[in-house]
Amino acid sequence: IYVGSFTEGPGYKDVIERAKSEGRELTKEEKQRLRKEKKQQKKSKEKKDDKASQDGEKQKKPVSSASPAPQPPTQAPTQKGDSVLHLSSPPVSRDCNQSAVSPSAPPAVPAPVPVPASETPPPGDKPAKSKAELKAERRARQEAERASKQGKKGEVGQQVATGKPKAPPSELQPVVKRLPEHIQVDNPEVLKKLAKKLERQQIPLRSDYGYKVSLFSHLHQYSRKAPLTQQLSIPSTVIHPAIVRLGLQYSQGIVAGSNARSVALLHAFKQVIRDYTTPPNEELSRDLVNKLKPYISFLNQCRPLSASMGNAIKYIKKEISNIPSQCKEEEAKSKLLTCIECYINEKIILAAKAIAKSSIEKISDGDVILVYGCSSLVNHILCEAFEKNRKFRVIVVDSRPRLEGREALRRLVQRGISCTYVLISAVSYILPEVSKVFLGAHALLANGYVMSRVGTSQIALVAKAFNVPVLVCCETYKFCERVQTDSFVSNELDDPDDLIVTRKGKTQLEHWQDVTSLGLLNLVYDVTPPDFVDLVITDLGMIPCTSVPVVLRVKNVDQ
Amino acid sequence: MELQAVLMAAGGGSRMTDLTYNTPKAMLPVGNKPLMWYPLNLLERVGFEEVIVITTREVQKMMSSDSKNKLDVKLKLDVVCIQEDGDMGTADALRHIQEKIKTDILVVSCDLITDVALHEVVDLFRAYNATLAMLMSKAHEFTETVPGQKGKKKTAEQRDFVGVDQSGKRLLFMANEADLEDGLSIRKSIVRKHPRMHIKTGLVDAHLYCLKKAVVDFLVDNKSISSIRGELVPYLVRKQFSKTTNSQKIKDDAEDQNQKKSDGPTNNELLISSRDEPLLQLAQERSCWNDHRGDMSEAYHGGKLRCYVHIMDEGPCYRFIIYSFVILGACHLIMFVSLLSFPYQAPKLCEEPAVHPSAVISERCQMGSDSIIGAMCQVADKTSIKRSTIGNSTTVKEKVKVTNSIIMHGVTIEEGCNIQGSVICSNAVIGRGADLKYCLVGNGQRIEAEGE
Repeated sequence: IYVGSFTEGPGYKDVIERAKSEGRELTKEEKQRLRKEKKQQKKSKEKKDDKASQDGEKQKKPVSSASPAPQPPTQAPTQKGDSVLHLSSPPVSRDCNQSAVSPSAPPAVPAPVPVPASETPPPGDKPAKSKAELKAERRARQEAERASKQGKKGEVGQQVATGKPKAPPSELQPVVKRLPEHIQVDNPEVLKKLAKKLERQQIPLRSDYGYKVSLFSHLHQYSRKAPLTQQLSIPSTVIHPAIVRLGLQYSQGIVAGSNARSVALLHAFKQVIRDYTTPPNEELSRDLVNKLKPYISFLNQCRPLSASMGNAIKYIKKEISNIPSQCKEEEAKSKLLTCIECYINEKIILAAKAIAKSSIEKISDGDVILVYGCSSLVNHILCEAFEKNRKFRVIVVDSRPRLEGREALRRLVQRGISCTYVLISAVSYILPEVSKVFLGAHALLANGYVMSRVGTSQIALVAKAFNVPVLVCCETYKFCERVQTDSFVSNELDDPDDLIVTRKGKTQLEHWQDVTSLGLLNLVYDVTPPDFVDLVITDLGMIPCTSVPVVLRVKNVDQ
Repeated sequence: MELQAVLMAAGGGSRMTDLTYNTPKAMLPVGNKPLMWYPLNLLERVGFEEVIVITTREVQKMMSSDSKNKLDVKLKLDVVCIQEDGDMGTADALRHIQEKIKTDILVVSCDLITDVALHEVVDLFRAYNATLAMLMSKAHEFTETVPGQKGKKKTAEQRDFVGVDQSGKRLLFMANEADLEDGLSIRKSIVRKHPRMHIKTGLVDAHLYCLKKAVVDFLVDNKSISSIRGELVPYLVRKQFSKTTNSQKIKDDAEDQNQKKSDGPTNNELLISSRDEPLLQLAQERSCWNDHRGDMSEAYHGGKLRCYVHIMDEGPCYRFIIYSFVILGACHLIMFVSLLSFPYQAPKLCEEPAVHPSAVISERCQMGSDSIIGAMCQVADKTSIKRSTIGNSTTVKEKVKVTNSIIMHGVTIEEGCNIQGSVICSNAVIGRGADLKYCLVGNGQRIEAEGE
């Protein structure tokens, strides 16, 4: 981990030697990062950031030194450095092209490359943050926390800068893909920006609650006892009442589950559209989208948006902007309402039917199916299969604190399916009996990872160990362009007080906030790697996990 | 618009005739502000911009003319007058203003003094899509003696039995002891759906209700219901578990207006249907949430009508009510409560200093910080005022000891008086050296010197 030792010109040779001794592992990452940086620098040739250019140059210099015609180090600005690169390092560019096609293929360039000034990859670098980088990040963050923490520090204020030796991102890449706000809660500037934005939209800011476990201090953690409506005026005028109602239902957990949330969201949007009137000098297509923005911020404050909701919102915004300007208001509104109904019908109801049809082929008589938690889609499939007279029995696995399995159990037993109920701690005892595992998904990420309720990856892991096939059922509207390889970077923290339980009149964790060394963590989601998933059943058919980016590409082409 | 506020200020205060001789109940001064000011202040603080006030002509006149009783609220008040002596119940009043009501309503009674966080009640209404959400509070014990009270308090017959479910939010059962002849009976269907019920008797109904618009439409059709608290609320609570509300065909029945209506209850009126019922239904089906567990039924047991209650544990919530049958009793209790707690809470409820700036208080006066002095008062030397409320334009002469009392406007208290635990109404004159303990002095009365 080098701290800005690149500003001096002649020192780079030592750096190369040091880098050589670090080993192969770094080089691959370095090359990937370099390739990206190069692409981004290509995009932003106009910006003359000296330090960045120096750093960039230093990085490229060793690369170019690997190539047959090494160039002497100069303090040239970015442009020159770029041109140097173009001229003298064709192998690197070829590798770049290669890498565009298969991001996981290792580059062929053998030359060692020094670690750049920032040990963390550029913030926009979503694909494949490797384990070493993450460990380094985590270590640095923990060090920063230890240094700056005094007693219990609830919410914000973890100084990112103290322990981290990374150069600010603007120095490295003038054009940076911004990290979403909701995973940068420990950065006070981001929070300030968010507060300003909410103030502009006249939406109250929901404050974080309780001590956050350090690994997750970059995420929001709210308390259910402090709903956002506390700070709103009662006949809510700024936010449409249907949206306030919806936000409240989200934050209290009354509407939970990816499909339910999306349907409820679209229902609320229908009401908003119905009550909307275009102001005199505005166009519906532009103004309605602007009206929806504060509502979406409000809902985000109540509970972070799910991937399915995000896709639904994108769809609606697109539909609204595509309304021709000569269209009359009534006509436009009814068109939008039918669009919403179509969307729900196609993507949720019909998709469920199609998925049920394909899954029934996979369920044979005598099967013992394991399900986890309460997934509306999986329940639907099982009920349909039961209607079609397949003989199977179900094992419902449940976990605290949500205990959603009880609801799944109720729905299945009500239909007459014979079920067994276990907690997740018993999953390895029960797996020898299981013939298939059906899992629901919250979202399917672009690198094939499955994001679902916390505990799903454990089930998939144990199932893999027992050689039991794992089938994930997911509609295509839940496919999301994000990429994640671990559950830390982007997750949701639920109310920590949910973990408190009262047994025999005693509540041991009642005063957990007074214990300085105790933190309660209530995670909501986790990601399952594609190696553990054998098949994904979607409304487009049964695909392997790794074909998700193909589906996304096809969808984008369609639209 | 989400909610419309309706303030019921037409009540006669039939149980407080002494006090309400000159002033209607809504204008009685409490802590030097007219009673009506408190609920209006609550609504204003929460963010309401207009309120429909249902009141009598007399009150309306007083509101606009009398500067002593001015209501300095920034709300837009839409005053609707009804006949004073007409037998109009609260539900009848709602029926009267039916055209003004366009959305769900929040009904508040003028005699409610509280600082409840109103969002708690309204959130129940919003989150569970309830038909009725109301506010109740744990009753406070009063330890002070009430002046002018004759005879024992007959509280036993007036108990309200309120049954709530395990979470303490859903209202399952409500009955007044007077209506129960030989015991409390609870329908089996209720117990089957909610096996754990908590029945509470010590609750004060704050008369604050959030009602769906469909209820107002129902009232229009069912003219037999005249009081919200007395008839409508128990009806709604009972109707939650009635079999007819759950069936689908009711929707068609109610839309078909040609059907002959029986006396209301069976023909369903209370259609909580919104235009997108199927979508809401779909969302609820797909959601993995249930309001109860342990039986096979879905959330809310498939019922569409739901009543919720928010029970306040702490914080002031007072009403001029029905504590005792004794004619003069009721409001004194509240007056006392106001005595006890007002001076402490007044700064919270009305953001004005306890001592009005225009009062002239001489230096050798002993006044605790727990008293409220109104405008234009004159308090002379060597007086001692403890835990009392003194109204506007009152003159208190020397050597007077006032403890635990309420002295209304325009009263003159001559020297050497000793007033303890009493209520002295407007424009009374207390003669020299009078010794009043736990008395009630009516309007314009004159107490002779050395009286007791």
